[in-house]
Amino acid sequence: MTIRRQACVVGAYEHPTRKAPDKTAAQLHAECARGALADAGLTLQDVDGYFCAGDAPGLGPLSMVDYLGLNVRHLDTTDTGGSAYLIHVSHAAQAIAAGKCNVALITLAGRPRTEASSGVGPRNVTAATPDVAWEMPYAPVTVNMYALAAARHMHEFGTTSEQLAWIKVAAAAHAQHNPHAMLRDVVTVEDVLASPMISDPLRKLDCCVVSDGGGALVVARPEIARSLKRPVVNILGAGETVKGQAGGHVDLTYSGAVVSGPAAFAEAGVTPRDIQYASIYDSFTITVLMQLEDLGFCPKGQGGRFVADGNLISGVGKLPFNTDGGGLCNNHPANRGGITKVIEAVRQLRGEAHPKVQVPDCRLALAQGTGGLLGSRHGSATLIMERV
Amino acid sequence: MTTAYQDRPLAPPVIDPSTEHFWSAARDHLLKIRRCTACHKVHWYPRAVCPFCMGDTEWEEASGRGTVYSLTVTRRAGPIAYALAYVTLDEGVTLLTNIVDCDLDSVRIGDRVRVTFKQTGDGNAIPMFTPG
Repeated sequence: MTIRRQACVVGAYEHPTRKAPDKTAAQLHAECARGALADAGLTLQDVDGYFCAGDAPGLGPLSMVDYLGLNVRHLDTTDTGGSAYLIHVSHAAQAIAAGKCNVALITLAGRPRTEASSGVGPRNVTAATPDVAWEMPYAPVTVNMYALAAARHMHEFGTTSEQLAWIKVAAAAHAQHNPHAMLRDVVTVEDVLASPMISDPLRKLDCCVVSDGGGALVVARPEIARSLKRPVVNILGAGETVKGQAGGHVDLTYSGAVVSGPAAFAEAGVTPRDIQYASIYDSFTITVLMQLEDLGFCPKGQGGRFVADGNLISGVGKLPFNTDGGGLCNNHPANRGGITKVIEAVRQLRGEAHPKVQVPDCRLALAQGTGGLLGSRHGSATLIMERV
Repeated sequence: MTTAYQDRPLAPPVIDPSTEHFWSAARDHLLKIRRCTACHKVHWYPRAVCPFCMGDTEWEEASGRGTVYSLTVTRRAGPIAYALAYVTLDEGVTLLTNIVDCDLDSVRIGDRVRVTFKQTGDGNAIPMFTPG
């Protein structure tokens, strides 16, 4: 079975809030669900499948299906951190292709900014997590578990801080056009290099924002998509994996995208050269660089050269990325940026991105997510979509 | 730049049936790893079931010598800067650790290191590594 052209993304909504002390996480989920269904032109009663991950309050779907007022016949709670929502799109397409549901709703929301949960805080894990006993004594947070990958990449391939900075420069160049973005100021390579060192070699401006908010997606059967008034966005291919420490044979030079990327390209029947727009998970600048290499946009080790000189800036470079400003500038709701990656790719395919960053006649887009920790264990998910 | 190592308060380790032997040995300043009785490979972090072949595993003492695989000095996660690192033991497995008792900015990927132990408040000891 393939999911190629078996399902469509018919609704996408990004909550405009970036700080929501007056709203609960459940309320944010509901507002995102309402927004995505309205965007699609569907109603609560049309939904028969629901997808959520660890950010959903309570006991996942058990709490949220009841809270949202859904009647569903298919559920999926795959949780691979911030990459989960790309997997949800793929699994929704599988469920639709298998006849398990017709309209799948995916929601994400959270309030890490209000709750002061950031990348330099302790990881939220329980003592029963099998790796905890062996790692927590050493104070892994989030930023330093990405910094370890960056340091090794620099050691092996000569990647520089200036090259990493270009990724932030490109994100900021896009964010200036997004009225909802947390950080809208254009920055230079020099600005990034002058920002405080957080965990060598990652500086403050190599790190994503911490924001409240959320997003939702609606995935539906192609016949339903064609009956709606929105441009039809087909799901062409997807891949997913978890990369870990391989029993102690740690190799920080690659991400799980080496598995999820080729799987998605093979199913979609396209190559990296065909992609006109890419949403690339940008928890940190190094996350982007490694995923670009692993997806095949450039050879391994040459990510630094690939991203330099504005190559990721829409209208300037060869691969426009994260035209909403991404996690680096716009939004990283619930500390999980996967859903916004899909949302901006859908905007691009519909021609609904900001005119200053819209890719002309964007017909083929990729969304890539990495969730967890690049330096130890993470989920990776790749999604390729086309506009009909 | 130099960043002198400073002790930071260390929380008690998680001690349960799967880790008890390890922490007991650590109190005697011994570093233990686990080896499979079927495929004879060592792995990290320690598990009861081999992650390579699903065989049974048993404890053995490690040399305590290794090489820095990657390293980052974390400067903004609290009042005290610390060096988080991956060290590849001479036995071939790579573990997450801290580099201690040195100028943290002087440590480089590829440097040789040896195990040392830092006391927690409750009398346990955490294996860490120092140049040499």
